[in-house]
This record gives sequence, C-alpha cells and structure tokens, in this order.
Amino acid sequence: MARAVLSESSLEVKQDNQNIEGLEIDATDLGTKELNDQLRDLMLSGAKKVSIRNVCGQRYIGTRLYTPEHLEMEIEIFGTPGNDLAAFLYGHKITVHGNAQDGVGNTMDAGKVVVEGRAGDVLGFSMRGGEIYVRDNCGYRTALHMKEYEGKRPVLVVGGRSQDFLGEYMAGGIVIVLDLQDLAHEANFIGTGMHGGVIYLRGSVKQSQVGGQVDISPIDEFNREVLDQYVSRFLERFPEIGKSKEEILRSQFVRLTPKSKRPYGNLYAY
Amino acid sequence: MEFKIIMPRIRRELYNKEICACSIFGAMNRDGERFTGAGVMKAIANMHVRGNGLGGGFAAYGIYPQYKDYYAFHLMFTGHNLQAKLSAKKELDAFLCQNFDVVYDEEIPHGDEATVSDPPLVWRYFVLPNKQGEDAKLSDEDYIVGKVMVVNTKIENAYVFSSGKNMGCFKGVGYPEDIGEYFMLDKLYRAHTWTVHGRFPTNTQAWWGGAHPFSLLDTTVVHNGEVSSYGTNRWYLEMYGYACTLQTDTEVIAYAADLLMRRQKLPIDIVAKILAPPIWNAIDQMNEKEKKLLTTLRMVYAPLLMNGPFAVIIGQTGKMIGLTDRIRLRPITAATRGEMFYISSEEASIRLISPQLDRVWTPNGGEPVVGELNSMRKV
Amino acid sequence: MKSFVFPEFQIIRDEEKCGQCRGCERQCAFGTHTYDPVADRLVSDEYKCSGCQRCVIFCPKDAIVVRPSPSSYRPNASWSREKIEDLKRQAETGGVLLTGCGSDKPFRIYWDHIVLNASQVTNPSIDPLREPMELRTFLGAKPDMMEISAEDGDVQIKTELSPNLMVETPILFSAMSYGAISYNAFRSLATAACKSGTYFNTGEGGLPREMRDEFGKCAIVQVASGRFGIDAEYLNCAQAVEIKVGQGAKPGIGGHLPGEKVSQAVAETRMIPMGTDAISPAPHHDIYSIEDLSMLIYALKEATNYEKPISVKIAAVHNFAAIASGIVRAGADIIAIDGLRGGTGAAPKAIRDNVGIPTELAISSLDRRLRNEGIRNRCSIIAAGGIRCSSDVIKAIALGADAVYIGSAALIAMGCTLCQKCYTGKCNWGICTQDPRLSGRLNVEIASQRLSNLISAWSHEIAEMLGGMGINALESLRGNRDHLRGVGLYEWELDVLGIKGAGE
Repeated sequence: MARAVLSESSLEVKQDNQNIEGLEIDATDLGTKELNDQLRDLMLSGAKKVSIRNVCGQRYIGTRLYTPEHLEMEIEIFGTPGNDLAAFLYGHKITVHGNAQDGVGNTMDAGKVVVEGRAGDVLGFSMRGGEIYVRDNCGYRTALHMKEYEGKRPVLVVGGRSQDFLGEYMAGGIVIVLDLQDLAHEANFIGTGMHGGVIYLRGSVKQSQVGGQVDISPIDEFNREVLDQYVSRFLERFPEIGKSKEEILRSQFVRLTPKSKRPYGNLYAY
Repeated sequence: MEFKIIMPRIRRELYNKEICACSIFGAMNRDGERFTGAGVMKAIANMHVRGNGLGGGFAAYGIYPQYKDYYAFHLMFTGHNLQAKLSAKKELDAFLCQNFDVVYDEEIPHGDEATVSDPPLVWRYFVLPNKQGEDAKLSDEDYIVGKVMVVNTKIENAYVFSSGKNMGCFKGVGYPEDIGEYFMLDKLYRAHTWTVHGRFPTNTQAWWGGAHPFSLLDTTVVHNGEVSSYGTNRWYLEMYGYACTLQTDTEVIAYAADLLMRRQKLPIDIVAKILAPPIWNAIDQMNEKEKKLLTTLRMVYAPLLMNGPFAVIIGQTGKMIGLTDRIRLRPITAATRGEMFYISSEEASIRLISPQLDRVWTPNGGEPVVGELNSMRKV
Repeated sequence: MKSFVFPEFQIIRDEEKCGQCRGCERQCAFGTHTYDPVADRLVSDEYKCSGCQRCVIFCPKDAIVVRPSPSSYRPNASWSREKIEDLKRQAETGGVLLTGCGSDKPFRIYWDHIVLNASQVTNPSIDPLREPMELRTFLGAKPDMMEISAEDGDVQIKTELSPNLMVETPILFSAMSYGAISYNAFRSLATAACKSGTYFNTGEGGLPREMRDEFGKCAIVQVASGRFGIDAEYLNCAQAVEIKVGQGAKPGIGGHLPGEKVSQAVAETRMIPMGTDAISPAPHHDIYSIEDLSMLIYALKEATNYEKPISVKIAAVHNFAAIASGIVRAGADIIAIDGLRGGTGAAPKAIRDNVGIPTELAISSLDRRLRNEGIRNRCSIIAAGGIRCSSDVIKAIALGADAVYIGSAALIAMGCTLCQKCYTGKCNWGICTQDPRLSGRLNVEIASQRLSNLISAWSHEIAEMLGGMGINALESLRGNRDHLRGVGLYEWELDVLGIKGAGE
C-alpha cells in the first residue's frame, strides 16, 4: 500500500568545504539578506566566480543578481541552501555541492543550476528558461506550470525519481526523469492539466499514474537526439554516477505530451 | 475609540479559528539516550523566518525520570495581574486537592533575560488520580482527560497544557528559541525525544496557551497547517467528550490522535489513513482487500479526515510520527544519523545540528514516518 | 439541439429613420444585424444581441432601440427568468455558466446607505478652488517611528524607510491584463495613469516590452499564479509589484484565458506559445501557507533589490481580516482587497454571484483589525470592487482605505456598457477583445483622455466634499468614521462599518 520513499539521495552528499578557489563568502551566521547583499556587492565589483561556504538554509541565493547590464557570475554553494534557490534567476550558473530544498528555480528565466544531491518540492515551478540538473530525486510538483516561448525553452533533468504531480499544468519545456537506480516511477498525477512541453521518463509509466490530458508514447529518433544531448550534459556534471550515456540511452523511455493546447476548451456553457 | 465594538453575531459564532503556518522540528534518540534542548533550539532558530514570534513551544519526553509514575500537569495561570493569576491558581489547587493526590508541585523555573512578552504564571504538579463515586469505573487515562477538560473549560484563567507521564510541554508567546531560553530547556532538561514548533499565526490575539504543542496525556502535536475541515472534525470529537476550547485548529488533531490511538487502539498506519486517506481514484485501483479496508475507513471516519494543508509531528511516549496531508501541501523532511531520527520543515535545520546524515528523504503525502524507541527499558 | 432560451434583448428598428447604411451590421461582432438585399432592409437576429448598445450609439439616424425583451415566463419569485434561462443553457450544453463584469445581484450597496458630513458654523468649510486641498497619498509601509540624528543643526534620518508609491489622487487603475483586454485599452490605461499622476496595474498578462520605458514609471506589475511574462526586467521596470492571490469576482478559483485570445502579441508578452490556453492555477503553487506567501514576498523584494513596495491582492472573504493581518506580518507593504462586486473578464457565474463579502464591510473590518493589532502603519490598504463615483471613493477612505482601485469604472469611461460578454472576446467597444478589427475601434488618445477626464472630475469632487467637511488633506479623513453616518442599516451593519446611524 505504501509507496517506497522517493526522495532519498542515492549517492553520498558532500558536506565538506573542499577545493574552494577564488573569492568566497563564509555564510556561517549570515541571514538571507546579508548573504545576498554580499553576493550582489561582489558581482557589482566585478567578481566572476564566488564560493559560499557553510550555507545553511539561507534563501533566494541568486535572486538579487539582476542588473540592467546583465552581469553574470558563477556561484558554488557548499552546504544546504534554503528555499527558492535561483528564484527569478536571470543568467548565472549555480552549483550546489549538497542537497537543495523547496522551490529551486522558481520562475527562473535563464542560467544553469546544478544540484549534486536531491531537490525538494516545486522544483522548476513556472520556469521559463535555463537548465537545471539534479543528480538525485526531487519532491512534489516538479516542473509545475513550466512554460516556453520561442527560443526560450527550459530544461530540467533529474537523475532519480520525482514524487506526485510532476509536470502539473505544464505548458512548455523539457523534463527528463532518469530513474538511474531502476526503482520504477511511482509518482501519481503526472502531467495533470498539461498543455505544452514534453516529459521523458526512463522506464515506463502506467496510464493510471498520468493525468487525463496526457498522451503516453514511445520515443522516436528525434526524441533520442534530444535525450542524447541533455543526458550527455547531465553526465558531464555528475561523473560520480559512473554510467555511460550509451547505457542509459539504450533503456526504454516513454514520452508524455499533452493531448491538446486547450485542455479545458469544452468546460463552459455558451 | 469606536474600534472595540461588540459584534454580537460574531460572538455567537460557534468557533473562531486561528490560521497559522509554521516551522516544525523533531529529534529522537532511538536508543533512549537523553539530550538537552540546546540542539533543537538551534535547529528551530535556523527556521526563524518561518515563524513571526507569536508562538513557540517544545514537547520533551523522558524529562521526569524521578517522577515517571505520576502524571505531570503543566499549568498556566493567566490574568491581567499577579493577583488574578494567583486567584486562578487558588481555585485550581482546590480542584486538584479534591480529585488528585498531589505528590509534588513547584513553579516551573524560568530565566528572566529571555525576550518573551507577558508570561503567565507557569506551575507543575505531579499527581495520581483520586477517583471517587461514578469516576471509579473510569480508567486512569479517561479520568485524567475528563478532569483536564473540566479545568480548561470551567476554571477561568487556568489552563492545563501538558498532562502525560515523564514528559512535558513548554510553550508561550515568542520565538521558539526565546521560549526555550525562558524555560532553560538547554540547561535543565534532558529528553530522548524533542518536538518543537515556531509559529506564524495570522493575528496577534496571541496567548500563551495558543502556542504549540497541543497535548493530551502523553500525545503531543506540533502542526504546520490549516485544517479547513475544522468545523466537521470538531463536532465529531465533541460527541466523544473532547471540548475544543483553545481557539485553534491544531487541538482537533491532538484529540483525534488520542481518540484513535489511545481509546480505539488503532495502529499509526491506520490512523494516518483516517486523517489523510488516499483519494477515491487511488482506492479504486487497489486490490479488493485494500479497497474494502480503505473504503470502510473513509465511510466510518469521514468526519476525521483532516482536510487542507498540514504537516504534523505527533509525539507519544516512545514514538515520534511525521505526517502530511494527502497531497503534501506542507513540507516535511526526515533524516537519520545512527540512532538519531529527525523530522523537520527544512533540511538545512537538520544539517545544522547533524552535518552528516545517513539518510535524508521527503516522505510521500499521507504516509507516516515513524521513529520508535528500540527499547523502553532505559526510559 | 434547439435552444429553449428566448432572446435577452428586443431590437426595435424605426424603418422610417433607417437609411440602410449597414453601419449597425458592421458594428456588431456578434452578427446580430444583416442586410437583406432583396427587401433592401436590415434584419436583426435578437438571439445574437448582447445588449452592448454599440449599434444604437453609432446609428447615424438614431433608428435603433435595444431594450430588455418584454417576453416573460409566468412571474415566479423563486424561479426568476434568469434562473430558468441559466438552467436551460446548462441542460443544453452540460457546461459551466460563464459571465463577465462584476456581480449584478441586488446585494446591499452600502455606499448608498452611508452619508457624509459637512461643516456648519463651528468649523469653517474650505473652498477647494482657492485654498490648498491635498489628495497626495503615499502607499506602502511606514515605520512606527522615526529616528533622527541632529548634529550641529544637520538633521539626518536614521530610520530606514520602505519604498512607497506616491499618487496625486487616491484612485488607481485596477489590474486588467493585456490578453483579457485589448492592447489599445491597456495602453490607454497606462497613458492616462502617467498623465494623471497615478498608476495602472498590468494584471497578470505581462507588460509589452516596448511599453516598459515609457510606462514603467506608472506601472504596478502583477505576479499571479500563472506567472505569465515574468522576468527580472519586468519586475524591475515597474514601481511596485503586486502578488495577486484572489479577485473579488472569483475568490478561490483560478482563471483561464482561452487559446483564441492568445494572439501573437499576447503570446509574446505572456511568453507562451500562440493559441495555447493561458491557465492561471487556483493557488500559487509556491504559496500553500502564509509562510510561503512571506517567502514569495521576500523573493520579489530580493528580485527587485528591496527598491519596490510589494502589494498583495486578496478577495474579501469571511475570515479575510485575519488573513490580511498575517499578510502584513508576512512583509507586504500594500494590501489590496477586492470585494464581492469586483469585475472580471470571465468568471463562473456561480462563483461571481455567491462568493465573497461586500467591499465596504471589508474595508472597515480590515482597518479596524490592523489598528487593533497595532500594525496599521505597516501597510497601506487599496480597496477595490464596486467603486462607481467620487463619493464611493471618499467613503472608502473614511472607512479606512488609503486609496482605491477602479476597474469597471475605467472601462465604462472608455465605452464599456457592462453587457457581461467579455469572455466571448467579441467586445464591440474594442476593449475586451484581441480581434484587431474590434480593438482598432478604441483610439488610445481619445480613450486615455476620457480616463484622465474621469480622474480629474472625481478628484475635484473629492476636494469639494473634503472641503465641505473642513478638511484640507486627505490623510485627515482616512479611517475617520466620524464623518460618516448610516441610513437604513441594521445594528450589526453599523457595528461592522464602525459608524453611527444618521442623527445619532
């Protein structure tokens, strides 16, 4: 009756502060605002790469880094960043050496986020651009209302599995869930209200697990190329996984797409 | 000037529910080793922004080994001045003398440097039931529950906020770390299980009794959520003699846990399916046996479905249970490290006091995570 | 299926006056009027008429009258004509009844039961035409006290101030999104706001890129559950950010802009593909609690470098005052409350006409609540939902609001006649449509002029009424219920409003 626990980290999560180079911030005892103040100041003073040590629950890392000039930088996070990491992110690259909490990439616009561990609920909520790579599992409501427009197409790759409501209201973008440990997808309500974008699941999924607005189909050559591209990028970031791209791509994949761009077109009287 | 108006219709309303969101944290040593409240205070302080200083509290199990066979009553006497508080205490003392053998009592020690506002007089009593007449037929526990309800509804300005054996709640208005400091939980108490709550109510008619945990006997609940089924849950529980007097929705969870787990002796897995049942679509997919069980549970216990978003930590002697609503609208993270078992609203708080963890996961909605003492021997 | 519903409107054409110019045929997007070349006359299909009066106004010969159809079922107090017809429509389609505009049901309109005060003898009234009369208002959080340092006569403010919006008159344009309304209507609101020293609210449909430089300075941008068109540039180009939690016309439910209204330009602004349904989920899925709202408020403050006030808009519902108090504690600088009669481009009728409480009562309970809790300074209140004239504005302020949002009133200024067919996308007045042929009918220059005229007329009237009460700065009226009296209200209503009965 109970489903297996889905959101564990499958590999060792790094918690130490090894290999820090260049500019760094020690986040011990820093509040959210102080930390982000320092980060913004460093960016405005021209820093291109900053490491933050001892992060423990500070929120919105990366959010206050918008400038009209579109300055960009690279941020390495050691520890456990708080909720809304990379919310409204506008460019920049963020790497988390550890687990992340809820709300990673909330309404993210551009940039890259790499999580060397697991991510919490509402990962990639309303994301509109950029790429997120999560090595392990993710929580509820992943990629909810992710959307795309012309050149802007968000990509989310998860190495483990997702919990319920993956891709709810999804309106665009690409989501790939790899289940690298072959534990089988157990999430329910996948793609309810989906009306755009595509979800690729390695392995298979039952009709009862997906919303009524979703078509399940096998992948074709073109889809394989898409997968090839993003799985390669995923593996580049997580060599510790120790699997080859070919090995992963040989597996069965299913593709979830919306039946219609207008899921609720017939709901109303005249 | 005109703002203190009387609104008779609103006064007549059945209840006035408070709405709040919060941070919750729990730590348990499954070997029964006891530890001070310093760690959990640090952990909850890391989620400071999840609360707003209008309530914090702790439940601690295993803190009174020297009195472990007595019910430990924690009492709060409120009132505008000391005189009012003392007069409530006088009335309560008389009531206790009539109905209990009081073995020992004292004011609960507190530090005066902590930043808390308007503290009530807080007292503890270690008691044994002194059942007379009709009451003699009752079990000790039912007797205690009945008398707690009497105090909380009939004696003005006196409120029992903890009534189990070898455990106690500490709570008040302030940030949880301040409440911990006020009661000196980092210095005076050692428990094998701690649960903590930082509160973010949407209003300020904050009173010390309104903070979490809510408890009855040794069941304690810290809750992050809003029970939108409160009115329904409440009338059902009232039929079983639970008076909902605390102006908050959380108490219904504590009473439901008491009703189902203590009085009706249902196991936690079943209780979870009552409070947070699977949806009908999922039930329809199950095999006949499961389908029948869950259908029956939903029929019989429909008024105890806790609707709306919630994450709770329920504490009982020897157990710490984490549970969320069935579509997990509130966060929960569980973790283990050796014999330590943690439940928290955010992972960062766990990492703060235990940087290395064996296992970290977010349990599925409606599925309980349970930590149990390996043995009750040490306790 | 043959429809059993009879026409809502009767169209009477004076054949004597009609010159067969076919203007009415061109004006009506619903296809009500057609020309019969054989008979050389225009025929009207009453079934198609929305009652918007476009053809009546634009008939060069004044030959058309459109009025509610006199046909009637047997009168029945329980089964009104509307109830019977709604039921028939649902029996014919199996669908949810959709409607537009604010609720038209006869809930008590408290504005019309409140009267204002004026000075006589003891306190001179003020003539606003010749003496100073200040309507300027600051919207945002104010500190409880100011700390200053004064060294050698040099006074410095030490208290850190929160960002505030300054309006020259306490009337702002309510959130109406591009997509729901036409580009021209949207741009007219923006133009008028800039001209009148106030703000327009983008609604949740984004702000077209080419408008940002010119109109960002008078824009409040909205972040709603659909998160359409939101990026850091959108947030930073405006003067304030509003989180839309609820709307008076449809509390507790989401929205959905049908794919046919998502034109190329709307798609670009919302950043979604053309023709896709733009779905706004019922909740924000990153807000499941007051604490999560706080998280979004601070995420937006972070994203805008703490330079903009954050507003939170909620619908007035039963326990909203407690919720609003939590919202203030969660860090909001402005609370916008939208009452029962608030408008909409599309809402299920069952929701619009049955959920929520009237704005007047809501303003009063919210103001009282925040004062009782000692946090009234920490936010401003913008009241919305059913503001129809300057006296409604001034009563709202005396009940405790800082300013008001007007939506329907602004649309009416541009030509809207409240025909309630906004959801069809065929607005003949060019307001609530994406059809370029229709939206082209709305000239930005003229429409924005009409809007500025309205703001300026109302501001004059507010000044007159203030002067009459012997008050020359609007802030002295805020929450000043002494200047209000109720007429024809029950005791409990007076209690909730916090006002005395007339003559008391």
